[in-house]
Amino acid sequence: MELTLWTYEGPPHVGAMRIASSMKDIHYVLHAPQGDTYADLLFTMIERRGERPPVTYTTFQARDLGGDTAELVKKNIKEAVERFKPKTLLVGESCTAELIQDQPGALAKGMGFDIPIVNLELPAYSKKENWGASETFYQLTRTLLKEKVSSSEKISPLRWKELGRRPKVNILGPSLLGFRCRDDVIEIQRILSEQGIDTNVVAPLGASPGDIERLIDAELNICLYQEIAEASCEWLKRNFGMEYTNTIPIGIKNTIEFINEVHNKLDLPLTNKEELENKSKLPWYSKSVDSNYLTGKRVFIFGDGTHAIAAAKIAKEELGFEVVGLGTYSREMARQVRATAKDLNVEALITNNYLEVEDALKKAAPELVLGTQMERHSAKRLGIPCSVISTPMHVQDVPARYSPQMGWEGANVIFDDWVHPLMMGLEEHLIDMFKHDFEFVDGHQSHLGHTATQTKDFLNSDEKKEKNSKEGIIWTESGRAELTKVPFFVRGKVKTNTEKYAILRGIPEISDETLYDAKAYFS
Amino acid sequence: MSKVEFNKETGPREVFCGLTSIVWLHRRMPDAFFLVVGSRTCAHLIQSAAGVMIFAEPRFGTAILEEKDLAGLADAHEELDRVVNDLIARRPEIKTLFLVGSCPSEVIKLDLATVADKLNKRFLGQVRFVNYSGSGIETTFTQGEDGALKALIPLMESSNAEKLLLVGTLANNVEDRFKKIFRNLGISNIESFPPRQSTELPKIGKNTKVLLTQPYLSDTVRDLKHRGCEIISAPFPLGIEGSTKWFLAAAKACNISELKVHEIISPLINRSKLALESHKEILKGKRLFLLPESQLEISLARFLHNECEMDLIEVGTPYLNKDLMKEEINLLPDNTKIVEGQHVEKQLDRVRDSKPDLVVCGMGLANPLEAEGISTKWSIEMVFSPIHGIDQAADLAGLFSKPLRRNQILTSKTLVTH
Repeated sequence: MELTLWTYEGPPHVGAMRIASSMKDIHYVLHAPQGDTYADLLFTMIERRGERPPVTYTTFQARDLGGDTAELVKKNIKEAVERFKPKTLLVGESCTAELIQDQPGALAKGMGFDIPIVNLELPAYSKKENWGASETFYQLTRTLLKEKVSSSEKISPLRWKELGRRPKVNILGPSLLGFRCRDDVIEIQRILSEQGIDTNVVAPLGASPGDIERLIDAELNICLYQEIAEASCEWLKRNFGMEYTNTIPIGIKNTIEFINEVHNKLDLPLTNKEELENKSKLPWYSKSVDSNYLTGKRVFIFGDGTHAIAAAKIAKEELGFEVVGLGTYSREMARQVRATAKDLNVEALITNNYLEVEDALKKAAPELVLGTQMERHSAKRLGIPCSVISTPMHVQDVPARYSPQMGWEGANVIFDDWVHPLMMGLEEHLIDMFKHDFEFVDGHQSHLGHTATQTKDFLNSDEKKEKNSKEGIIWTESGRAELTKVPFFVRGKVKTNTEKYAILRGIPEISDETLYDAKAYFS
Repeated sequence: MSKVEFNKETGPREVFCGLTSIVWLHRRMPDAFFLVVGSRTCAHLIQSAAGVMIFAEPRFGTAILEEKDLAGLADAHEELDRVVNDLIARRPEIKTLFLVGSCPSEVIKLDLATVADKLNKRFLGQVRFVNYSGSGIETTFTQGEDGALKALIPLMESSNAEKLLLVGTLANNVEDRFKKIFRNLGISNIESFPPRQSTELPKIGKNTKVLLTQPYLSDTVRDLKHRGCEIISAPFPLGIEGSTKWFLAAAKACNISELKVHEIISPLINRSKLALESHKEILKGKRLFLLPESQLEISLARFLHNECEMDLIEVGTPYLNKDLMKEEINLLPDNTKIVEGQHVEKQLDRVRDSKPDLVVCGMGLANPLEAEGISTKWSIEMVFSPIHGIDQAADLAGLFSKPLRRNQILTSKTLVTH
C-alpha cells in the first residue's frame, strides 16, 4: 500500500484510452464501474476535444456482483459494436473489474464479430498510464500485423532505392494527452519532407486500423516518444526487420543528430548539413549578448523521461545553464535519466511523490524550474519562475498557437518559454531592489501576484524567527543585514551555505564578513 | 402530486462516483483528512475532479492497493495501519480521519469498520476514525456526502435541547446568511451538519428539527430519524420559491407565524426578483435538458421552469427518493419527464433529437455537445458555487443564462474542433 496525495500518472487503462482516443474507427469497451468515466474529462477538458473518447463503460454496480456481470459485459460489447461500428475493438478492464475476473477480452472473442479484437490485460495494481499506453499500442500493432509476419521479407531501410521512390518513414508515439504531440508531428513531417523523406503513417495520433496495417510499407520507424512507441518499434524490428531511430529531436543538437541518424539509416546523403544550424533562431538568440545573463543560471528539471533528458541537454549545452537537479516519474526510463544525471554531476531523482520533488527543489534553490503542472504549483509557492516541459499538464499547456517542442520551431518555442519566466524573475529582483526608492509606486504588482510577496514575507519572518540556526550558530546584526541585501531567489541558498561554512570552520557567530568568507569558499 | 412522468433507465453511465464529494467535504472541515483506500484510478479521479485546486499539501489522499495487498487481507490491514501511522505522524493537526471505501476495497471486502475500531482505540483522544464508502459501485457523486454524514451520526451525542439543524454542506457565506435570517425570525439555536470543525458535532435528539439544505441525503435522513430527530418536509432552498417555502416550513415547525416570515423575507424577495429579471429575459421559453449527476436536477428544473420560465424536456437524476423529493415534485409542471438512472448513449440520442437550447451535464460531455452546437452547463459547478437561498437566486440563474448569452455573442454554430 502506498500513500499517494497526487499522482503524475493515471492508471494503465487511461493509457489505453489515450491510444483509443487518438485513433479513428476504434472502440474500447472497458469493464468498469461508473466513476471511471471521469477519465473522459481529461480529453474533453484538458485537450478541449470536441468528441467523446470512444469508450463504453460497462457500469457494473454492487448489486450486479452477485449476478452475472459477464452477461453485462457481453450486452455492452454488443451494443457498442452495433452503435459505433468500429473497425477494431479494444476490450479491457479497469482496476475493480480486474478483481472480479470476467475476462471480457475472451468473452468478446467468443461473440462472433468479424473485426479484430484486442484483448488488453493491463495490471492496474502494478503498472501506470504510460505503460498502459505503450502496451495497448503494441498489442494493437501486433494484432493487426501478426498475420503478415511470416509472409513478409525483412524490410531493408534501403528498400526505397529498389522501389525507385523517395524513402518512407512512420512517425510513431504521438498521442492525445502527450506533451505538444500535435505540433511536434507537423514539425517533424516538415523537416523530413525538406530532406526528401515522405511520411507513410503517423500513429497512434490520427491513425486508423488500416493505417496500422500499412506500417510495413515504410522503410524506417521514427520512435518519437519512447514511453509510448518503443515496444511497438522493437516488435516491428524483430518481426519485420524494420529499423527505428533512437534520437529524440528536441533541441538544436538533437534535431541535427536526429536528421543525421535518419539519413545514415536510410543511406540517404545529407546535402544541406551547413544549413541546419541556422534553421532555428535558438543558436543566435543564445549567442546574442543579451543572453549573457543566462550563463550559469541554476535550473531544476523534472518530467517524463523523454522531455527531462532533452531539457537537461538543451539547458547545459545550448543555453549555458547549470543543471542543479534532474529527475523523472517514468520508472521505465530511470536508467537513461540516471545516466544523463551522472554526466551532469547531479543525483537523479526517480519518484512518483511530488512532495519529494518539492523537497529536492527547495534544497537545490534553482533560479528556474522546468517541470510538470505540479512543479509549476510548487515553484509558484516558492516564488521561483517555472516553465512546463512535460505531462501531466493542464489546459493552459495545450495552447491554441503552433508551439512544438521538437525540431527548429520547437527550439524557438523552448527559448521563449524558458527565458521569458527568467526575465520576469529578473524584473522581480528589480522590483525588490527598487521598492525602497521614493519613486516606486506601491501598486506595482509582481507578476507572481501575492504568492511572491507571501514567499518573501515568509523568508523574512523565517529570518526573524530563526535568528539562530538549528546548530546554535548566531546571526549577528551585520550578518542579517547583509543577508537581506542578497537577491531573494538565492537568499535561501546563501543562508544555508554560510551556516554550513560556519559549522565547518567552527565559527559561532555569523557576521557580514562570514557571509563573504563563505561566498569565496563556495565559489 | 402533479402528474409527473417517472421513467427508469439502466445502461452505461457518465457520472462521477461518491469519492468526488471529498473535494468539497475536505474544505468544509479543515481539521479532517479523507483517506481513500483504493487504486491509482481513485487517486487520479479525485485530483482530476479537483483540477488545479491542489495548491498546498491536500487533506485527502489515497492508500493505493498494490498486488501484495490483494494477496492476503491480513497483510492489507497491516499495511493500512502503517499508512495511517505515517499519515498521522506527518499531519498531527488532523482531528478526524475518514477511511473511505472504494470500488476495489469493497470488492475485496476490506473491512474498514474493524480497522477504524482498532485505530480508534489506539489513537483515543487524539484522532477519531470514521469509515464510509464512496465507491462507484454503490454511490454516485453527491451520495458520497450522504455516506460521510451518515458515518458521523453515531459520534453525535444525544440532547433534548430544542434546535434547528441545517443538514448538508453549504458555502460558508450562504450558511451565515441563513443563520442571520433564522435569528431575525426568532430562531436562535441553529446548528449545521456537517460543522465547520469535525470535532464540533452537533448534539441531536427528539427536539432536533432537521432542515435539509441538499436533496441527496437519503441515508443521513433515515439515521437522523432513528435518533428521534424530526425531519421538516420542504422543498430545497434553491431559487426564491424554494427558499421561501423552505423558510416557511422551518418557521411552521418552530411555531413562528407565516406573517413574521413574510415580514422578514419580503424585502429579500423583492430585491432578488429584480435581480432575476435580466436572466429571465434570456432563459424564458428556452428548452432545457438535464442529464443525471448531482441529484440537484429536480430542484434546478423546478427553479428554472417556475421562476425563469424555461421549458423542461427531460430531467435526469442518478437516484430518486420520491419521499424526500415529494415537495419538489409537487411544484413541477404537469407532464414533466423525470428519468432515474442512465443509458448515456440513448439519452444523448434523445438530447440530439429534442434540440435543446441548454443541456446540464458532466464535464466529460460538455465540449462534445458544444461541438455539436448545443450549449451546456457543467453540473459540477452547482456543488462548488454558493447557489442556495433567496439572495443567490439571480446568481443561480446566471449560471444558466451565461452560456446562452455567450452563444448569442458567438454566432458561428458549426466549428471544426481540433
